[in-house]
Parts: sequence; C-alpha cells; structure tokens
Amino acid sequence: MGNPSDGAPQQGGTVATAGQAGGQFEDPGLPPHRPRLADTDPRAAKRAERQVTWLFIISVIGTIVFLVSYFAIDLGPTSTVDAIRTQNILLGLSTAFAMLGIGTGIVHWAKALMPDHEVSEARHELRSEKDREAAVKIVDDIIEETGIKRRPLIRNTLIGALALAPLPALAVFGDLGPNANDKLRHTMWAPNAQTGKKVRLTRDPDGTPIKAADVTIGSAYHVIPEGLNDLHEGKLNEKAKSVVLLMRLNPQDLHVSPGRENWGYNGIVAYSKICTHVGCPVALYEQQTHHLLCPCHQSTFDLTNECQVIFGPASRPLPQLPIEVDSEGYLVATSDFHEPVGPSYWEREYS
Amino acid sequence: MSDTTTAYQAPTKVGRIAEYVDQRTGLSTVTREFGRKVFPDHWSFMFGEVALYSFIILLLSGTFLTFFFNPSMAETTYDGAYIPMRGMDMSVAYQSSLHISFEVRGGLFMRQLHHWAALLFVAAMSVHMLRVFFTGAFRKPREMNWVIGGVLLIMGMAAGFTGYSLPDDLLSGNGLRIIDGVIMAIPVIGTWISMFLFGGEFPGDAIIGRLYVLHILLIPAMILGLVALHLIFVVVHKHTQYPGPGRNDRNVVGYPLGPVYAAKAGGFFFIVFGVLAAIAAAFTINPIWNYGPYDPSPVSAGTQPDWYIGWVDGALRLMPGVLGDINGYRQHFEFVLFGQTLSLNILLPALVPAGIVFTVLFIYPWVERWITKDDREHHVLDRPRNAPTRTAIGMAGFTFYCVMWAAASSDLIATHFHVSLNDVTYWLRALFFVGPIIAFVVTKRIALGLQRKDREIALHGRETGRIVRLPHGEFIEVHAPLDEYKRYRLVAFDSPGVLPAQPNGKGVVDRKERRRAKLSKWYFEDRVAPVSVAELEAAHGHGHHEAIEAAPTSAGH
Repeated sequence: MGNPSDGAPQQGGTVATAGQAGGQFEDPGLPPHRPRLADTDPRAAKRAERQVTWLFIISVIGTIVFLVSYFAIDLGPTSTVDAIRTQNILLGLSTAFAMLGIGTGIVHWAKALMPDHEVSEARHELRSEKDREAAVKIVDDIIEETGIKRRPLIRNTLIGALALAPLPALAVFGDLGPNANDKLRHTMWAPNAQTGKKVRLTRDPDGTPIKAADVTIGSAYHVIPEGLNDLHEGKLNEKAKSVVLLMRLNPQDLHVSPGRENWGYNGIVAYSKICTHVGCPVALYEQQTHHLLCPCHQSTFDLTNECQVIFGPASRPLPQLPIEVDSEGYLVATSDFHEPVGPSYWEREYS
Repeated sequence: MSDTTTAYQAPTKVGRIAEYVDQRTGLSTVTREFGRKVFPDHWSFMFGEVALYSFIILLLSGTFLTFFFNPSMAETTYDGAYIPMRGMDMSVAYQSSLHISFEVRGGLFMRQLHHWAALLFVAAMSVHMLRVFFTGAFRKPREMNWVIGGVLLIMGMAAGFTGYSLPDDLLSGNGLRIIDGVIMAIPVIGTWISMFLFGGEFPGDAIIGRLYVLHILLIPAMILGLVALHLIFVVVHKHTQYPGPGRNDRNVVGYPLGPVYAAKAGGFFFIVFGVLAAIAAAFTINPIWNYGPYDPSPVSAGTQPDWYIGWVDGALRLMPGVLGDINGYRQHFEFVLFGQTLSLNILLPALVPAGIVFTVLFIYPWVERWITKDDREHHVLDRPRNAPTRTAIGMAGFTFYCVMWAAASSDLIATHFHVSLNDVTYWLRALFFVGPIIAFVVTKRIALGLQRKDREIALHGRETGRIVRLPHGEFIEVHAPLDEYKRYRLVAFDSPGVLPAQPNGKGVVDRKERRRAKLSKWYFEDRVAPVSVAELEAAHGHGHHEAIEAAPTSAGH
C-alpha cells in the first residue's frame, strides 16, 4: 500500500481519517520514463549541444562588453547624465547577458542532455530509539557527576550570578542617548531669555523675514525661525521642531476659541508643520477648503477650526504658534508653542 | 597510518590531489553522502532558491557599496557631478550616495542591483512561505524550520529598512521620522528608546552610523546564520515532495544532486543574477537625486515606503484618530491617563495587525497539530485544495495583509482612479474587517469545488468534447478514462475527518478537549472524501457508458 497516509516512520496519535472504507488505490509506482528527443535522435542531441555552446559564447560576449564599457566611459566630477545613463545601461545589460548566458546554458544542458530519470531514495528516521536512550543516559550521568542536584547552594548562587551578569551589557548602552527631558517641549520660537527679543518668522529655506503686509489672503508660507540657518550644530534638530506653516484667511472664516484671540494677526495664522500623528511635515494646503493634509498618512486638519483633525489617523490638532507684528511690520512669534509639537509621547502632558 | 600509504595510488593528477585532500580531511564521506542526494523537482520549490540567490547577490553588491559609502551625518556642501545640487548643504552620507551614483563607474548599477535584489529577496521569502503554508510543508518534522523561516522574513524586512534609510535622502528621512513617531507612542519607555536610538532628539547626527552597523554587520550575520541553519534542516529532513505515483512519506523521488540538480540549481543562480541585472539596467529604483537631502520641512506627495514595509504603513493610515462628534464631544483615540499620554491611534495599528499576522504564523503548525492530533511525520505535501480549511485560513491572512498593503497606497489609488481619498480609506477600513471573512468563505468553497471536480474526473474520466448520439436518440458526451498514474494523483491523499472529543487518561473529557473537538468540527466538517476503489468500480458498473469508453474511437490514451 502506497498511500501517503499510512507509511510514516513514526505512527502515533489518534488521527481521524475517513473515506477509505471502499478500499485504497494501489500505488502504481513511478510512471515509465519517456525519452526525450535528444535521447533517441543523435542529431537533436548535437543541436542541443550547439545551443548550449552558443549560450556560453553569449555570456563571454556579455563579459567583454562589460569590460569595454567600464574602461571606455570614465566618470568623474564632470561626467554628464547622458554618460552615466549610457554606462549604467551597458554595464547592466552586459551583466545580464553574461549571467543569463551561463544560467540558461547550464539549465538547458541539464534538461536536454543530462539523464532525466527520476530516482527514488529511502528516507531515514531522524533518530533511533537506541540513540535517544543513550543520549538521555549521558545527560543523566553528566548531571549526576556535576552534583548540581545534591548541592543546591552552588546551583542557586550560579543562577543569581548568571542573572546579574548581563546587566553591565545593558548599562554600557546608557551613553547611546540622553534621557528624555524637556528638550522636546522647547523650540527656537521662545523669545530670547535675556533680551526678551521676539523671534521673527522667516521664509524656508532662505531665511528672509516676512512682512505682514506681504501676506495676501489665500497665500501660504513655509516658515522657519530667524537665526536657524546660522546654527552650526543641531540645525536639523531645531528645524524638525520649529517649522511652521503661515497662511492668511478672511478673518471671519476663522473660528477662534477663547484665549487665542491675540494669536493671529488680521487673519494671518501660524501652525506647526509637524504632524501630530507620527511627525511627517504637513505640507499640503488646500486653498479652497482651508484644509491641511499630511501626505504620509493623510491626516487632514481644518484650518478654519484651529486645525482640528477632520480625517485620518492623527488625534490632536496642530499646535498654533502665537504671532504678532513688530515695530518694523515684520511677523514675530509672541511666545513659544504652548504645547510640544509633533507626535505624542508618554511624558507629553507633564513635561 | 604508515601501513596505509602504499595501499592506494591515484592514477591521475586530479585524483592525486583529491587523495591528498581526502587523507587530511575525510571529505570522501561528504561526497558519498551528498554526491547523489535526491532532490524533488517542482517549479514551486524555486522561490526559496530565488530568496537564497538574491541574498548572495545582496552580499556581493553590498560589499561593493561599503567600499564607497560613508555613513557620516556631518554637514557638507555638494560640489560633485550632479549639477542641480551643486552648492546645496547635505550630509556626508547623502553626498557619498550621490558620489556612488554619479562618479563611481558601475556605482549606479550596483546601487540599483542592490535595491532590486533587496525587494526580490523579501518577495521571494514571502512567496516561499506562502507555498510552504498552502502545501502543509510546515508539518512535523519541519515546524522549527518554519519558525526559522518566519524569523528570516522579519530579519529581511529589518535589513531592508535599515538599508533604505542609509542614503539620508528626503524620502527615507521621512520614513525614519515615522518610525520615531511610532516609537515615541510606546508607553513608559517610548521617549527613552527614541532618544537612545537617535542619540538625542530626532534626527540628531548618530542614526545613520548606527543603522549602518546594523545593516552591514549585525543583521546580515544573523541572516547568514539562520540561512545556514535553515539549509542544514532541509538536508536533515530531506526535501518534501508533491503527491503522485511512486511518492510516499518513506521515500524521496527526484533528481540526484550531481549532476542534474546541481546544474539546474547552480544555473538558476546565474539566471536570477541575470534577470536582476537586466532590471537594474533598465528600471530606476530609489532615485535619491530627485528627492534631495533630508530636511524636516519638505515632503513629496505620494510618498511610498518599499513594498514590504507597506502593510505596516497602511495599517497606520487606516486607523481613525478621531471618531467625529458624539454629543458635541470629539472621540479621540489618544488618552491622557494620570497625566500620561497614551496614543492608541498609533499603538494599535502599529502593533496589533503585525502582532496578529506573526503570532498566527509562528504558532500555526502547533495549532493544527493540536486540532488534528496528528503526530505523524509528513513528507508528502498537500495540494491546497485537499486541505480546504487551512487554505481558507491562509487566504484570509493573505487578504488581511493585502488590505493593509493597499492602504499604504490609498493616496495613489485615489489619484490614479479619480476617486475620493476618504472613500478609498472608508472602503479599506471596512475590508480590513470583512475582507478576510469573505476570502475565507470563498476560498473554502473553491477548494471544495475543486475537490469535487477531482472526484468527478477520477470516477468518470476526463471530458473529450466528443458528443455521441445513441441509437435511441439520447446524446451523451464521451469521457475518456484516466491512466492509473493520473488517477492515483487525484485519489491518493490524506483526508482527515472530524475527530470527536477524546477522554483523557482518567477517562474524562475535559474542557480543553471539548474546545479542540469543536475546532476539529469547524476544520473538517465540510469535506470531500477521496475516491475509493469500490466507488470507482461502482461508477464503471452502471451501464452503457463503459461500452463507449472502451470503444476504439474514444480519445483515451
């Protein structure tokens, strides 16, 4: 009987197999071998041999083309996009021919000329019962010889020592980064602590200050704090927290909640550009609907309603940057954001 | 030793070298063991090979790239060959990626080959795992190798993501920003982990160097080790084979390693290499010069992660952050508990779907073994139709994955098909829950239908398309009987039935056993039994059809 269900090396368990009441079919054994053309016709075999040879020759040509195109086209600080593209295509296609020539040649050789008789080999048990018994005996002897069962004090102190030993490995990673502190909360928008000078809103990326009079209704600016471009260290860290979108709407379109009456100027409002979901820049402004859209996960914020979430995975409105106009008519930040910008984190509420 | 020196003199030069090596290493036992080892042949066994070969190509092309890449986040000003970017501030990592692309001969080709090979590596592993699942190749004794495969898939995704981030371009930088946002959402330790990973605030100046160590040292070493273990197990277990005449659980039928299998598998490496090289030559992947260096402010619309991260990103997109107004109160998924912030709108989609997929994947072999109480070794594969419930579960999981994967492109679906982005999201949210159920039911029905078709063919032969009019006017179609080899393929399969609750050693049916019995019923209640000899005889015994089947004009073989 050759049914796959009845011949496993290890029979065991209670397996419900039904439907064999009417008798199982005899395994007829491997189907008879059907000779290929190349087995019976010497001319076909010769033809296959020529094909394989040609495939290998194609590979040789591919390798030569690769070497030629590598040395014939030199790249450097002055190389043109055309030269780069040409060389890439030549190198890639010649590699493809070099590899495919060998690959298809060998496979064709194997399929057409090498013997295609399927053979059957017996499987062996993964282990024998004798081995298992011997192994168990050895392990038992080892445990007995260590005396670990008879001497619990040794065992327990060893467990204690091993449990503590990895702690230094964890500790040495302590210098990977500073602890979470109130860094996440503060941005460059806070007025200078000594002079009280308020930070001007400037254009991203060139850093020119923005006059309130230049902001027309319907326009939108990508904004960075004044002085960001002068930073030598941590420029991107500061930028990642302080980028702001500045827009001007009809003042009557804006719904302003109590306490935020002075946060805008003549319908000009500024909001953090960092999404409150997982921190992508909320870069798309729909001028007609006054919606801000994050292109990463499609969180949508309603500008007329203090950037409340109206769609998508974000949960919190974008933080608003309070702004006013200084004596020269430039927009400045009245204060820092009143809450941390960007994605939420565990300590957010009390930090 | 001394008395064996005169025993054997190899007649040829090659023979003498072999003898020299053999005397010092004993390698002839290896040749004896492996030289003619039998490997079954089937096109679906190729996916694992593709994965292995693309990994080798990744090692080769990746080694080339490390010779030129500089993983530093120090700021520099570009003055290289790519004119549109001259004078721009960027990190050294990004600059060296541009240098590889534009000034190193073959550098662009190697970058593209490396990226395409990475995409193919994860794809081939995924398809290979689907093949193993749907054919039941994970069953005893291969459960542990299935788990190793699952870990390899995760490591492959990790390798891909860490490598994707290295050029420090705008697209990958936003990817890192998303990872940072997800990490920050982890309760209690999230902010710390983020600060540790980035060496301070995002983006800092440490992350590229750290990802580089992970990408070129730690993760590839782990993959290499696991691949070795995976292959050792394949040798120990010997390969599975599809059911058919002459094949059973006690033998392995196929081609010997030398020469046929080695030639086919070895040649296939070059074919995979060649195909990847052709793709790398003709199709641009990750054109970082179009994205620009990383800057926290800009982002390009229609951002997409590499395909294998898509499903996690899609899950993030599907989750609603706010559930509209209820009684004027906005229902958020971000909660503040005792002054601490818990962002379920990020945590749930980031952890739960991936958790479900990988938990089910890892424990499935043991679950099925518990339900069937099947403790036998299985070396003959199931055709997917012959295990309808397992196939249906697999398709439900696959659908679950694909819905999330599609969600990662929700914006592109909306713009390409001119539909509302919100509607696409609403539909995908519904499909997230309903899709797997539909897939389960439909797949199970299809599998059972195919089993019935197999029965029909086994009992009555195949349709010939030849219509015959009988003397009394009736029209019938002539069916040609199958030869015994083809028939055996259709009738010889394991068909487990419902296994009712069994009393344990104390003669009691406990609650766990009753639960198992319920699951067994759910698994095997709908089943189509294989044709038995008696049924075949009965089918042939009923009247005039046999005369026509046996007629010389019939199209039988």
